[in-house]
Amino acid sequence: MLYREAGQFRTSYADDARIFPLALDKYFFVAMLAFAFIVIPNVASQYWLTALLIPWLIFSLVALGQNILTGYAGQLSLGSAGFMAVGAFACYNFMLRIEGMPFLVAIVLSGLSAAGVGILFGLPSLRIRGLYLAVATLASQFFIVWTLDKFGWFKNYDPSGVITAQPIVILGYTFNTAAEKYVVVLGVVSVLALAAKNMVRSNVGRSWMAVRDMDVAAEVIGFRLMYTKLLAFAISSFYCGIAGALFAFAYLGTVEPSAFSIDMSFRILFMIIIGGVASILGSFLGAGFILLLPIFLSLLFHLVFGTSVDQSVLSALELIVFGVLIIVFLIVEPHGLARLWQITKERLRLWPFPH
Amino acid sequence: MFASKAFKRVIAGLVVGSALVAGTSLPREAAAQAKPEQYFGIPSFRVGPFAAAGTGFFGGIIDYLNYVNATGGVNGVQMVFQECETEYVPARGIECYQRLLKRGNQQMHIFEPLSTPIAYGVLNRVDDDRVILTQFGYGRSDAADGRVFPWVFATMTSYWSGASAMINWIASREGGFGNLKGKTITHLYLDNAYGREPLPVFRALSKKFGFTLQEIPVAVPGIEQQSQWLQIRQSKPDWVILWGFGAGMNSTALTSAARINFPRDRMLGIWWAGSEEDVIPAGDAAKGYFAVANVPPGRQYRLIQEIEKTIYGAGRGNLQDPKRIGTIHWNRGVVAGMFWVEAVRNAQNRFGKGQVMTGDQIRWGFENINLTPARMKELGIEGMMPVMRLTCEDHEGAGVIKVIQWDGTRWVTVTPDWVSSDRKMIRTMVEESTARYAAEQKITLRDCAKEK
Amino acid sequence: MASVQVFLEVLIVGLLSGVMYSLVALGFVLIYKASSVFNFAQGAMVFFAALTFVGFIELGAPFWLSLALTVGTMILLGMATEKFVLRPLVNQHEITLLMATIGLTFVIEGLAQLVWGVDVRRIDLGIKDVPIDWVADNTGMLISQLDLFAALIAGTLVAVLAVLFSRTKVGRALRAVADDHAAALSVGIPLQRIWGIVWAVAGVVALVAGMLWGARSGVQFALVFVALKALPVLIIGGFTSIPGVIVAGLIVGAAEKLAEFYVGPMVGGGTETWFPYVLAILFLLVRPEGLFGEKIIRRV
Repeated sequence: MLYREAGQFRTSYADDARIFPLALDKYFFVAMLAFAFIVIPNVASQYWLTALLIPWLIFSLVALGQNILTGYAGQLSLGSAGFMAVGAFACYNFMLRIEGMPFLVAIVLSGLSAAGVGILFGLPSLRIRGLYLAVATLASQFFIVWTLDKFGWFKNYDPSGVITAQPIVILGYTFNTAAEKYVVVLGVVSVLALAAKNMVRSNVGRSWMAVRDMDVAAEVIGFRLMYTKLLAFAISSFYCGIAGALFAFAYLGTVEPSAFSIDMSFRILFMIIIGGVASILGSFLGAGFILLLPIFLSLLFHLVFGTSVDQSVLSALELIVFGVLIIVFLIVEPHGLARLWQITKERLRLWPFPH
Repeated sequence: MFASKAFKRVIAGLVVGSALVAGTSLPREAAAQAKPEQYFGIPSFRVGPFAAAGTGFFGGIIDYLNYVNATGGVNGVQMVFQECETEYVPARGIECYQRLLKRGNQQMHIFEPLSTPIAYGVLNRVDDDRVILTQFGYGRSDAADGRVFPWVFATMTSYWSGASAMINWIASREGGFGNLKGKTITHLYLDNAYGREPLPVFRALSKKFGFTLQEIPVAVPGIEQQSQWLQIRQSKPDWVILWGFGAGMNSTALTSAARINFPRDRMLGIWWAGSEEDVIPAGDAAKGYFAVANVPPGRQYRLIQEIEKTIYGAGRGNLQDPKRIGTIHWNRGVVAGMFWVEAVRNAQNRFGKGQVMTGDQIRWGFENINLTPARMKELGIEGMMPVMRLTCEDHEGAGVIKVIQWDGTRWVTVTPDWVSSDRKMIRTMVEESTARYAAEQKITLRDCAKEK
Repeated sequence: MASVQVFLEVLIVGLLSGVMYSLVALGFVLIYKASSVFNFAQGAMVFFAALTFVGFIELGAPFWLSLALTVGTMILLGMATEKFVLRPLVNQHEITLLMATIGLTFVIEGLAQLVWGVDVRRIDLGIKDVPIDWVADNTGMLISQLDLFAALIAGTLVAVLAVLFSRTKVGRALRAVADDHAAALSVGIPLQRIWGIVWAVAGVVALVAGMLWGARSGVQFALVFVALKALPVLIIGGFTSIPGVIVAGLIVGAAEKLAEFYVGPMVGGGTETWFPYVLAILFLLVRPEGLFGEKIIRRV
C-alpha cells in the first residue's frame, strides 16, 4: 500500500542502473542519512555514541571489507584484524613522522599500506582455496601482530608497547567530542559504503562474482584470475586498514598490537555470515548483531533479574542465550539478516492486502 | 512459510522481554532516593579465560563495600554499586565504562577494570569524564606520575617497581648485590606489551649489577613452552623470573620446569603468576615456587576475619565458594575496595561529612591517602599493607612487595617485611617516560604545588 | 651436552607435542569428513569435556565412573547437536554450518561455566609430568612420562578409529556419507544416525585431548585455545585424512619447536604463533589440498 513500485517506469538505461530504482527507497535512504548525520549527533547520549554507534560503524566498515573479499570474491579469509592493525599503526606513524600530515590523507595512506600488505598475503590465494585459504590467511593475522609487537619502531619505542593516537584535525578543526568523532566516522563509512555498493554493481564486482562462482570458468571467459583475486584482497584490506585507523583514532585512543587479536578476526567473519554474505546491508546488520546483541542481552538480563541472581550465573547465561540466538537465526534464515530484510520488503509491497 | 512464523515468534519474544524490563525497572528507581549513596561501577569479568581472577578480585571489592555498609557506611553514606560484564574484551569494557558512568542522577567516579587492554581503551576518556582510573597492580607503570596522568593511578606497586623489588630480593637471597655479578637471570614472559613492560628495568639493572639477562618470550596464550624450557635447560640460569598471565601459562611454566628438573625454588613469579589458581593445576610441580605479592594472602588479618563474620556469616558473601576467602585475588580485591572507601572518607573529611562526593573530591581523597601504622590498625589491615601515602605527584605510593612461597597446599609469606624497590631509579625512569609522552601528546604538566 | 644430542632432544620433544596437536585435530577431521562441517566448537568441546570429567571427580565419583559419565555426557551433547543444530540446517552452505557451530561454541562455553563454575582445576591421571629416569640416565635427554603416555594414548586412539572406519559396518557407512551425502541417503544409510555417532566420537576424542592437555596446563578456559594449534595441522594434513593429521601433527610439532629453539632467539622469540601457519602455506603452495587431502578435480 505505502511501499509500492507501481507507476515507476525505467525508461532509460541510466534509470535501470540506479542504486535505488524505487523512489521510496531513495527518499527513505536520504532521510536515514540525514537523520544519522544531523539528528543523532545532536541528541544521542555519550553512551550511545561512544559505546555503541562508533564501534558499530567501524566494525561495519571492516565487515564490508571482509564481505568484499569473502562474500563477493569468494576468498575465505581470517586476517581482517591483522589488516586493521596495519592501518592503525600506519596511521599513527604517518601522523607522527610527517610534520603537518592532514588526518584524512593519513587515513587514506594507512588504507593503502594495508592494501599493500593485503596483496602480499593474498598471493597464496592464487593456489589455495576454501577453508585451506582461511587457515592460511591466519598466518597474516599472527605474523602482522607479532611484527608490530616485536619491533619498537612501529610504536615509537613506547616503553609500554602501546600507541596513543594523535588528535583528529581536519582543515584546522579538532574533532574532540564523541559527537564530532562520530561524524568523522560516519562520513568515512558512508563514502566507502557507497563506493563499495558501486564497485560490486560494476564490472569489478561482476568479475569478483564470476571468480567466486567458478574460477576456472571465469578464467576461460577471459577474467584475469590473479588480477581479480589480488584486487579483491587489496580493496578488502584497504577497507580494513581504514577501519583499523578509525578504531585507533576515533574509538580506543590508546592501542596495543595484541588488541587486534585472532578473536577479532573471527568475530568479523561471524558478522558477515550472520548478516548476509555478499550484501552491503548485511555487513551493517551483522556487525550490529555480533557487537550489539550481547550488550543488549546483558542490559536486558540486568534489568529483568537485577541483583537477585548471581552475576556469574547471569554472565554465563548471556553467553548461552547469545549462542542459541545465533543458531535460531541461522535456522530461520540461513542466508543472513540481509535476506530477512529483503523478505520483509517483499511483504511490504503487498501489505496490507494478502495477495 | 516456516521462516516468517518462527521469525515472528522471535520478535514477539523480544517484545515481551522488553516489556518485562520496563515493568520491573520502575519501582526500584523510586526507592533509591532515601539515603545518601556513593555510587560505584564495577566492570567485572566472570566468564572467559580470566574469570577465576575476575570473580576473586571483584568479589573482594564487593564484599568490602558490603562490609562498609554493614558497619554504617562512611559517615552514614551507603556504598552502592552496579556490575557490568566485560569478558576482559576491550570493546565490552568500554561499553561497560559508558554504561556505568551514569546511573540515574548518580555518577561513577572510580573505574577499575583489572585489565590492561580495557584500561588503555578508557585512558583518553577519564580526563573529560573526571573518572579515576585505579590500575591496581597493572597497566602503564609511568601512570605513577600524577602530573602527566592526573586521573590515572598505579596504586601501590607498578610493574617497574615490582621488577626492581624482585631483583632486590634475589640479591638478598644471593647474599648481596655484589653476588649478582656473573649470575644469569632469565625473564620468561608472555609475548605482549604486558610481558615486555619490565624489560627496561631489568636491562638497566643487569647493566648496573653485572648479571646476564636472558629474555625468553612465550607466544600468546602461553600453553606451549617446550622449546623455551629447553633453552633454559641450555643456559642454566640461576633464577627464572616468570612474567606470565592466566593460569594456563603459569601452570604450564611450572610443569615444564618440572620436566627439565629446573628447581622450582629458583623461580620467582610476578603477582599475576602468584595466585592459588596459577599453581593448583600444576600439582606437585608447583611446590617450592616463589612469587611476589602486592597484597599477601591469608585470613589472619582482622579485617578479613570481620568480613568473613559479618558478610559471609550472614550469607551475603559474593564468592560462590567461601573457601576462597583469604586467597590472593580476593584479598587484593578487598584492599582495592579499601582504597576506594578510604579515598571517599578522606574526601568527606575535607569536603563535608555525610555527603556524596564528586570525582574531583574523590581524587583529592586518593591523593591524600595516608596509611600510617595507626590508621592501618583502625582498618584492621596491619601487615597486609605497607606504610604508604599517595600524593599529587606520586600516584603509586609504595613500590613494595612481599615474597610468598607455595608449600603444596597454600602460599606462605617468606618475607615478614616488605621488600622495597629502587624508588629513585624507578622514579627517574617514570619521569623520562612521561616527559616523552607529554611532549608527544602536547600535555602541560599539572602543577602540584598549587593544589593543596 | 653435545649439539647433536640437543637437536635430538628438541626434535623428540617437538614430535611428542605434535602428537598432542594431532589429537585435537582428529576431532575436527572426524566431523569434517562425515558432515563437511568445520566444527568451530571443537575447542569448546575439549574444555567442556575435561571440565565435566573433573567436575564428576570433585563430586566424589571414582575415576572410571567419572570417565564413563563424561563419555555419556559427550555422547548426549553430540546427539543433541545433531538433532537441534545440524538437522534443521541440512543441505545448507558450508559457511552457514560453520556459523552454527560458532553459536554452539557460545552455548557450550556458557554451559560449562554455568554448571561447573570458573575455578581452575587440576586433573590427576596418575602419571607425572616429570622426566623418565631411565632415559635421562642413559642418554642425558629429558623426556616426560606424560608426553610418552599421551603419545601412546593418541596412537591407540588413531589405531582404533582407523579400524572402526575400515572394518566395521558403521565405518563403511561413514565413508559412504563422506563421499556423497545424497547418494548415501538414497541407498538407505541412516545419515542422521551416522552424524550422531560421529559427533559423539568427536566428543570422546575431545575428552581424551582435554584430559591430556589438562594434566599439563590445568583444566580451565585456556583449553579452548588448543584448537588454534590444530588448525595448521589440519591444513597440512588435509581436512579429511586421519593418517594425515598424525603426520602433519608431527611435522608441525617438530618444526615449530626447532624453529623457536634455533631461530627464535635471533628474531626475539615468540615465533610459535605464526611459524606453523607459514609452514602450512609453504606446504599448500606445493599441494593445495594438504598432504593427504583428496585431490579435487575441477570441471567447468
